[in-house]
Formats: sequence, structure tokens, C-alpha cells
Amino acid sequence: MRQSLFAGRWRIRLPSSLDGAALRVTKTPPVTRKRKLDTASLSATSQPPPEPKRKASKTTHKDSIAQVEAALPATPQTLTSDKGMDSDDDFASVASSMELGEELSSSVDFGAEDSDVELEDYQDDDSAFETHAKQKPKRKAFEVEYKVYSPQDIQDQQDKQVAEVAALLEQPTEQTAILLRFGRWNKERLIEQYMDNQEEVLDKAGLGQNMSSNPPRIEAIDGFMCDICCEDTPGLQSYAMNCGHRFCVDCYRQYLAQKVREEGEAARIKCPGDGCNKIIDVKSLDLLVTSDLTDRYHELLMRTYVDDKESLKWCPAPNCVYAVECGVKKRELAKIVPTVQCECKHSFCFGCTQADHQPCPCSLVKRWMKKCEDDSETANWISANTKECPKCHSTIEKNGGCNHMTCRKCRNEFCWMCMGMWSEHGTSWYNCNRFEEKSGSEARTEQAKSRQSLERYLHYYNRFANHEQSAKLDKDIFHKTEKKMTLLQSSSGMSWIEVQFLEAASQALQQCRQTLKWTYAFAYYLARNSQTEMFEDNQKDLEMAVENLSEMFEKSTDQLAGLKVDMLDKTSYCMRRRVILLDDTAKKLKEDVWEFNVELA
Amino acid sequence: MAGNKRIMKELAEVRTNPPPGCTVTLADENDMGTWDAVMDGPPDSPYTGGHYKIQITLPKEYPFKPPQLSFKTKIYHPNVSNDDRGAMCLGMLRPDEWKPPNKIADVLRLVRSVLAAPQPDDAVEQGIADQFKNDRKSFDKVAKEWVGRYAK
Ligand SMILES: [Zn+2]
Ligand SMILES: [Zn+2]
Ligand SMILES: [Zn+2]
Ligand SMILES: [Zn+2]
Ligand SMILES: [Zn+2]
Ligand SMILES: [Zn+2]
Repeated sequence: MRQSLFAGRWRIRLPSSLDGAALRVTKTPPVTRKRKLDTASLSATSQPPPEPKRKASKTTHKDSIAQVEAALPATPQTLTSDKGMDSDDDFASVASSMELGEELSSSVDFGAEDSDVELEDYQDDDSAFETHAKQKPKRKAFEVEYKVYSPQDIQDQQDKQVAEVAALLEQPTEQTAILLRFGRWNKERLIEQYMDNQEEVLDKAGLGQNMSSNPPRIEAIDGFMCDICCEDTPGLQSYAMNCGHRFCVDCYRQYLAQKVREEGEAARIKCPGDGCNKIIDVKSLDLLVTSDLTDRYHELLMRTYVDDKESLKWCPAPNCVYAVECGVKKRELAKIVPTVQCECKHSFCFGCTQADHQPCPCSLVKRWMKKCEDDSETANWISANTKECPKCHSTIEKNGGCNHMTCRKCRNEFCWMCMGMWSEHGTSWYNCNRFEEKSGSEARTEQAKSRQSLERYLHYYNRFANHEQSAKLDKDIFHKTEKKMTLLQSSSGMSWIEVQFLEAASQALQQCRQTLKWTYAFAYYLARNSQTEMFEDNQKDLEMAVENLSEMFEKSTDQLAGLKVDMLDKTSYCMRRRVILLDDTAKKLKEDVWEFNVELA
Repeated sequence: MAGNKRIMKELAEVRTNPPPGCTVTLADENDMGTWDAVMDGPPDSPYTGGHYKIQITLPKEYPFKPPQLSFKTKIYHPNVSNDDRGAMCLGMLRPDEWKPPNKIADVLRLVRSVLAAPQPDDAVEQGIADQFKNDRKSFDKVAKEWVGRYAK
């Protein structure tokens, strides 16, 4: 928290910038981390296969994917344990949620592979993290089981499934791959249909008869004229699949380039022949696709695999190449908010691929975004008003994430969100987060009603937007501090590990504010019942914990070093509050306890 | 570029042996990319006696990308947009259905068959399509009026 007599204006983030992309950008991992990750996955693939011990210790799925996984290098991980390692142990969840283990180990030992082990190492290093580290992970109500796959994993999964089905149908692998892509990777249905009517399936997949008779090749045919470019030069190289539609190699290639590069097609490209539905098989493509296209082509082929499976989704982070598998179905989204975290550290909702929006269900998120967009003008008009000290009316600039403001001129302490006295905020009657409905008598006329509904919206919107903004400011401060800490390291001999509590605090703030932000969208749609108060209490407790930590975070660099233990304490308290809130909300969502003033589609 | 020899050949063919009821010229003799076709309204249709100017634009990727087609003469028809684009929605011209061996003459033949037999279930002008389905008499009447007003 800092304040100044500043002539400029502080603006709440415009709702138009609240779209998924913007949210995602704020969550984008720093470049350094991404690079780290790349190095890690590179080294993982170039390493010899993992020891059997590691494989045996994996807790994974029952189906074929588990088998694929067992045969693979170490990249895929069961990440269920990544958040909230343990129901009783907050430290474990703090450390793991914030990837302390990952961060540390990458500096301590780049070769380390198993994040659980790394976490334990770290906990041994630091007295604050010493208890319960080795308890079994247990899943919280707000957590879902999921796995993260690298491009290689996805490729291997496909290959494995193709091989299985090929053996079953007694067909060559290329044809089987086409059949599977044609059948949108629904193995069971494809096999069933194939057994039912082989001819029809082959025909529809564009494979026609005699799939394996003399394979086509590029050749020059006497008297041939290409029907696309009208060239008929003797010796013109040409190609035709079994369907007999022959074109010159140049035209074939240009056709494929058009399909692959411009239209993003790969799995279901048809023969260029007029009216021919035969799908170009992998062998033909290998012959014809030029080297500048192969990468894109294979990427597209892989995309169809992930796109076709309901249980697989690409990580939406920019440039991220990982995919996540999660069993939560669309129809379950009113009961659960399936949040997953990618290898790249981006946390997102598997249901709608927006950035992590727990505890708010997807359909409410959609409504809320729409509402913010529709009402952006009103909200801007009100929010853009300069904030003044409620006592002396000096202009206040907010340049930290903390909402506890102190006026530089009159020393008045107040809350940035409700403009109320701060002294009232630390107490049991703190209710900055709660919207007080006016009694019916005060909202009799239509105008009064619409005014109250606008006030209600703004109450929640301002808090939503404020936590988003504050998260950004907290992050800015961390980056500044990070630089200072680097300097301090070299001048005072402090170790790199010793400054990590700041990173932990920063990440906790980000994560908690992300959660808080969405509690306000959630609360906006929540209809009052006996459970609402409990929710608001949890929200209040988390908010107070966050503001306390945030305030600490803005202390000067020389003070920070001495605050380590206190800060670690507050960090873990924040995370504990967050887990409590999310767990309670998720349980009640599952059990249909909440009542909403809109339909949960 | 595969296009040039192919386009010249196509143009020569369509000039010497045009699809029924069509004449084709280049909008500009130095630009092979824009063709002007004039199509006579098919017999036994409300468009009989009308002459429709249709502009055909070949993208630089032609024939790997489909040509674009636009009615320059107003026509009252469920499948032609009633605006200055005069767009006609033809399955054949969709990127996923177009095949490079397809010719502009084929496109023109298809256009003429759609003039003769509108496809109201695949309409760009829903109002006209509904009228075509439910009140053919009024539809024919307006279509003929438009021939007189715009297509003579
Ligand atoms: Zn050719
Ligand atoms: Zn063919
Ligand atoms: Zn990712
Ligand atoms: Zn969602
Ligand atoms: Zn003041
Ligand atoms: Zn307040």
C-alpha cells in the first residue's frame, strides 16, 4: 500500500479487457520458466527410459493410456497431487501450488525428474516446511484428476492405438490410422461398424477396395496431360492414388499446401479429382508433402486426435504445446469446476478453457463476462471517477495491490474498495465484501429497483475488477523486489533459496486474488439462503488474509529479509483460507446446496 | 504458377464453346483474373428474357482456390443476395468442396441450373425462399417484374 498526491487518475480495468485472452495473458508464465520447461522436456526425451521403480510408483489410469504411459519417458505426470498435496497439511499445498519444488530443484539439480522427491528435498532444507511432508496425497472437493501430455506422449498414444486396432482389423497401419481419424478416434464404435459392414466403412473413409495392392508411385506417363495446370510436357512427373485421378506432382503439392497451410486440413484431405471422396493416405502424403509442410502437417494430424477426444484439451496458454486429459464431462459442469494445471504452469478450467475461475461454475463465468461487457459503459463511468481520500479529498493513486490506503496528507486510513474506515476492517464486524440489500420499502419504484440492481452489480463488479488489478500490481512489485533480491544476494551473501519466500508469497497472492475475484462473480449470482453467510465469511477471511500479506509485501527491501518467517506464515495462512473456501464451495456445488438467481445451464 | 496456361485454355474453351445461354469476356484484356459473363434467363423460368451480368473473380491461387462470383444485375431469387454484392451461395464454390480440376464453365452451368430451379432450403434470402415455397404465384410475379425493371 502506498499513496501519493497524484494528479493522474487510477482506472479500474475496463471490462472489455476482461476477456479470456487478457486473463490468459496475465497468467502467462514468464519466458524463463518456459525455457526451463523446454530444456527439461528435451532432456527427458533424450534420457534413457526411466527405472522400473518410478513406473511402479505411478498412480495412473486403468485403460490403455496407462499402458502407453508406462512405456514412455517421464514427461507425463499425474498432477492431481500438485495442488493441495494433503488435506491436513497446508505447507505441502502451499509449496506445491506455488511450484516451489519445481523452482528450487531446477536450480539445485537440473537432472531431477520426480517433483514429489524435489518437494521433499526442499522441505528438508527449510524448517518451515518440515512437517507431514510424506503423507499420502488426498483429493479435495475442488480438485479433479487429470494428466498432462507432451506432443510426444500424444504421438505415442496415437501410434499405440493405431497398432492395436490394426492388429485387430488386420489392416496396414496407414489405412488403420485413416480409419481411426475418420472415426474420430472412437475405437470401439469404429471396430463395431467395421465388423458390421467392412465395405461401407472402408468406402466412407475414402479407402475403397484393394487397399494394399501395388502401391502408387510418382511416375511419368506417356501422353499425360494434367487436368489442373494443363501441362503436357513429355516426362512430366505425376501421381495418382488407386482411384486413378492423376495429376502432375507440382499441382498435387500445391493442392496439399493449400489444404494444409491455408485450410488447416490434414486427416481428411480428399483426392483432388473432381467429385472423388477418397481420402489421401499417409503413404501418399509422405511421398508428396514437401519438407516445409511436414511439421505443420504432423501438428495438424496430432491436433485432430486431441480435438476429436472429449477427454483431451490443448492448454490454451500462448505457444504451449501440451495437452491435458480430464474425465469431467460437459454435463457435469454445473456441479464441478474442473481446474487443471499444465506443465507450463498455466491453470485453466478444463470445462471452458478460460483461466482458472474457481469457485465460479463455467456457465456463471460466461454470464458474468457477458454482463461485464454489456454494462461496461456504466461500470466505467462510475469506476473511472478518481478516488479521493474520503476525509481530505486529496487524489489518491494506487500503486500496490493492497487495499489498505493511508492518505499522505491527512493520514486517514481507509479501504480502497468500500472507501470505509480501515479500522473497521480488521474486526468481527468487517463486511466490506457483503452487499447489504436495502429493505423492500426503500426500493418501491421501478427506478429505485433498477438503481439498486445497478448498485448491487457494481458492488460485485468493483471487487472483481479490483482483485484483478491488485493481482497485477502485486506482480509488478514482486518483479521489482526480485531484482532487489538479486542485488542483495550478491552484496550480502544471502542464498538464492533464502529469497524464495518472496516468490512463494507473490504466487500465493496471485492465486488467492484470482480466487477472490471469482468469488465476487459467484456471489453476484448467489441467491440468499442459510449457506450464503458461511460463504461470505470464508470470502471475508480469505480477503483479510490476502490484504495482510499484500501489505507486508510492499515493505522496503531491507525490511523484507527480516520478515521471512512472518511472511511464510501469512503465505501459508492465505493458502489455507483459499483451500477452505474452495473446498466448502465445491462440496456445496456438488451437493446442490447453493441457490442461484439464474439457471445453471 | 500453374494458373496461366490453365486459365488461357479455359478461357479459349469457354469462348469458342460457351455453356448454353452464356457469353464470356475478359473485363480487361490485360487481366486474366476478372471475367465478365452474361447469362440469359433460362427458358420456362420467371427469368426468361432477362440478361444477367455475372462477374467472376479468380483468386491468385486459382484453381486451387475457388473463383468468386457476383451478380451485377439485380435478380429476385432465393439463392442470390439482394444487395450490391449479389452473392450466390453455391456448394461447389465452398473451399472444402471445390476441386482444382473444376472449371468456370462448370460453375456457369450450375448457376444457370439454379436459376431454373431455385433451392429454397439453401437460401441466402430467407424471405424470398419462404415466398417461393408458400406462394409461388406472387414469387413468379415479383421475379418477372424485376426482369423487366433490371434485366432487360
Ligand atoms: Zn498440374
Ligand atoms: Zn480420386
Ligand atoms: Zn500449457
Ligand atoms: Zn470453466
Ligand atoms: Zn486525506
Ligand atoms: Zn472495505
